[in-house]
Amino acid sequence: MEMTGARILIESLLREGVEHIFGYAGATICPAVDALKEHPEIGYTLVRTEQNAGHMASGYARVSGRVGVCMVTSGPGATNLITGVATAYMDSIPMVAITGQVPSSLLGRDIFQEVDITGAVTPFTKHNYLVKDAARLPQVVKEAFYLASTGRPGPVLIDVPIDVQEQLVEDPDFPESVSIRGYKPSVRGNDLQIKRVAEAISQSRQPVICAGGGVWLADAQAELVELAERYAIPVVKTMMGLSVLPTDHPLNLGMIGAHGNRCANKALAKSDLLIMVGSRVADRAIISPEEIQRRMATIHIDVDPAEIGKNMQAAIPLVGDVKVILQQLLALEVPAPDAAEWRERLKGYRRAELDREFPRREGSVFPGTVMRKLGRRLDDNAVVCVDVGQNQIFACKYLPQKHGRLLTSGGLGTMGYALPAAVGVKVAQPERQTVVICGDGSFQMAMNELSAIRRAGMDIKIVLFRNHVLGLVHQIQKTAPYHGPFGVDLDGSPDFAAIAAAYGIPSLTADDEDKLDETLDRFLAVKGSCILICEVSPDVGTTD
Amino acid sequence: MKQTISVLVENQAGVLNRITSLFSRRAFNIDSLAVGVTDDPTLSRITIIVDNGNSVVEQVEKQLNKLVEVIKVRTLDENSLIGRELMIIKVSANKSSREHIMTICSICGAKVADISPTSMTLELSDTPDRVSTFEDMMRPFNILEVARTGVIALQKGGGKI
Repeated sequence: MEMTGARILIESLLREGVEHIFGYAGATICPAVDALKEHPEIGYTLVRTEQNAGHMASGYARVSGRVGVCMVTSGPGATNLITGVATAYMDSIPMVAITGQVPSSLLGRDIFQEVDITGAVTPFTKHNYLVKDAARLPQVVKEAFYLASTGRPGPVLIDVPIDVQEQLVEDPDFPESVSIRGYKPSVRGNDLQIKRVAEAISQSRQPVICAGGGVWLADAQAELVELAERYAIPVVKTMMGLSVLPTDHPLNLGMIGAHGNRCANKALAKSDLLIMVGSRVADRAIISPEEIQRRMATIHIDVDPAEIGKNMQAAIPLVGDVKVILQQLLALEVPAPDAAEWRERLKGYRRAELDREFPRREGSVFPGTVMRKLGRRLDDNAVVCVDVGQNQIFACKYLPQKHGRLLTSGGLGTMGYALPAAVGVKVAQPERQTVVICGDGSFQMAMNELSAIRRAGMDIKIVLFRNHVLGLVHQIQKTAPYHGPFGVDLDGSPDFAAIAAAYGIPSLTADDEDKLDETLDRFLAVKGSCILICEVSPDVGTTD
Repeated sequence: MKQTISVLVENQAGVLNRITSLFSRRAFNIDSLAVGVTDDPTLSRITIIVDNGNSVVEQVEKQLNKLVEVIKVRTLDENSLIGRELMIIKVSANKSSREHIMTICSICGAKVADISPTSMTLELSDTPDRVSTFEDMMRPFNILEVARTGVIALQKGGGKI
């Protein structure tokens, strides 16, 4: 049978089990969009700017464990998508991005809406393809999904010129499996190294596990918790590893890093054995890798061999799938470390932090207080999508976690991530309670996507901290070497209640901590989406 | 310290771009880079000379290995590699200087590739330092143009990467 490239493309996506595409149509992607029309079994969300198609695909991928798919047109469509792709790359999110392209015969002539998108995204895609023959499409799509979802996951971009989408192919061959000779990710950990790790754990007196985003990507949270519990090892997390275990778990010490919990950083600094699992030792998590290296023994477990030794030399490197490695470790029985004294000390640090009193101000609410009160009220498996800025730090530090997820742009720090990511979450799991935490800066980067919420009648609860400034930059500008706030005033912002109402979404305001419990109850009881506008003083800092 | 990395890659369009883009993004320095197809027409061999510390070279290897089109990466042992560079050099030459130039050519093992009433074009394939020595020896004769290929290298002995 003869098929167009566009139909081959969609057929290939169906064979990969794709159920939803986030996209924005344009001239050069029209044949693919047209072919999509014949397949109502694939859902489609029209975003309001292409970047958000990437973030929605990311939210979708992170809760479903499947590859998120976005599809946009050439030129500005493709360049707008770049931030979405780069955000996914930094957080190793499995994604396939499809871009339309000008006719292949005209490539390089700078014609209307032409841009070298594969060239542009090479530094932040796991791989990318410019397809010049439609007969190659089934193989390329198969490879793209395989690459995006295996080893260390990441975004893969496929650029398809419009003439290739229109090209007719006689009996296209859809491969069942894929083998790429230059791509063989490690799965099992080296047995000898596993043994060394087990011995090191057994001999340690002050061990700490540091769980990163790789634990989630490998679906290894159960194994991680089992390891921690079996040997009673305290656990700290990076921002990407948050919610691996509940806040009230006796071994949980919170988040490390420049903006982390004090008790987690203390544990890290004083430990004698640091077991890093799926974390890449980036500057925001581990400020001084040289210091850590000098002070304690380190075990680094990661699927990507290049992460070992990139920022820090580990005493015992262990490369492979985090889930498989943890299972290998669990299969060995070694005596538990004698660390009771250590745990007692850490418990003291932790209690001091959890009992900390937050400041109060008339006519406003403190974000940390809102987080504490909100977290207690959420479903056990709620998904909380968090933006970037002060709101991110307050949420990551103080939002009580149960058995849900906290999704944020940890690597690239992309403002405007939370709202579209939440839409992606809802598409994947419509029944799951989904909450957005954002500031008045980040909300205005993504509020056009309220349209997606409205169109699908989604129930997403949005907590918007309004302090009228770009809070985190404001906070930085107040410290040396800077000379005070400048260019961070959000004057000219709209009335957010009116914006919400314009999209048919109700809103509430919280400006009195005495009434906060009642307001939060009302907010969460609203049927469908609701925005809670929290009045916050511009002088609030993340260390208050 | 200079080190020689031999990289086997898929012989496809765009691969070289990915490799050079990786070097610039990760702030690795390239001293020279030479690429050519191998006996297997689906494979190209890229020989890269880098001048970085050992830990950097290890990162270079690991990052190269992450590229899907890279099949194999090996840092060659400096003590047992055959590294060669080809230079074509054009110098001014007339009746009086030609003989001097020929003497140096025969000492260094260079060949005459072209000759004109006012110039000689010479070629030499040798280790990079000997090629540089020859270039230095030609300097007094007024060098008109130089082209060097960058080093290509293989490990000595019967093994292969």
